[in-house]
Amino acid sequence: MEPNGIWVYAITERVDLTPVAQIRGVGGRQVRTVAAAGLTAVVEDVGLAEFGEEALRRNLEDLNWLEATARAHHEVIDAVAQQGPLVPMRLATVYSGDAPIATMLTERGADFRSALRRIRGRVEWGVKAYADRQPEASGDSAVTAGASRPGSGAGAAYLQRRRNQLTAQKNARRETLASADIIHAELSRYAAETRVHTPQAPQLTGIKAPMILNAAYLLDSARGEDFAAAVAALADQHPGLRLELTGPWPPYSFAGTGGEGGLT
Amino acid sequence: MSSQHEEEPVLVPTSVTPPRQSRRPAIHTERIALVDLLDRVLAGGVVVSGEVTLAIADVDMVRVSLRALVTSASALTRGANDGEEVPGR
Repeated sequence: MEPNGIWVYAITERVDLTPVAQIRGVGGRQVRTVAAAGLTAVVEDVGLAEFGEEALRRNLEDLNWLEATARAHHEVIDAVAQQGPLVPMRLATVYSGDAPIATMLTERGADFRSALRRIRGRVEWGVKAYADRQPEASGDSAVTAGASRPGSGAGAAYLQRRRNQLTAQKNARRETLASADIIHAELSRYAAETRVHTPQAPQLTGIKAPMILNAAYLLDSARGEDFAAAVAALADQHPGLRLELTGPWPPYSFAGTGGEGGLT
Repeated sequence: MSSQHEEEPVLVPTSVTPPRQSRRPAIHTERIALVDLLDRVLAGGVVVSGEVTLAIADVDMVRVSLRALVTSASALTRGANDGEEVPGR
């Protein structure tokens, strides 16, 4: 397979490739660099049979390929990020040669430098909140209460119970959504920037409880422990929610100049 | 926010342990869950005009890949994390 494509991982100011020499990238090769305009692109030569436009369309729908590629992409970015600020590229950014990459670095140089300034010394943390089994719990208790009073009669009692149950569920839902807002507001105080992602679907998380918050926070690296403590405290204050903290991540969610993740 | 010292970021994608004992939050110390990773590498990162993949960026990668995810949701769930049953209390 002859590489005709160049996969771009990230843009940084400079990078020492020695620590990442043993990492194999998305195509199984070592990463290298393309430099221009005082910036460095971390790249890998990839074959178009696997990484060309048509192949990518197909491969991106193959979960095994997608997972392996996403993990390899992340591994390189994560290793390089340990050396200093970087702007991660979205998965599957493939160029046809070094020259167009150099052109891109030159044309976008001001944007990249501004993004690198925002990111320097900072990392991304993720917080997800799930409404932890509340509706089921109230449903169960209502059913149990009903069963414990046999003969209390008729449809009316059932309907009343059912109404109460639905009201309780609705209130619980409103409360959990309000809690999500409170949590996000509180955690935002620690962050230089925040970004709210779409909640993940239960079939993807494997957790039945609905996700009500999926947010990313760009923090000064030194604030990680304070932030984790704040998350733990909030979890204690909101027993109806399950909170998950992930990170620190390279600043994937904050790579754009506008804080919305895109330069384009 | 207060500006801290300009330390180089420590970017090992495992998680810190919360300083006090709490039943929550659940913190992933093992492999990164694929859903969390895809949130970032597909929806985050910078989009530039890639010579080869410009057309794919137009297609909206997130949607393309979501199809792969949903059709393989069970496989993904197994690989995601074992967070399914951390008994709450």
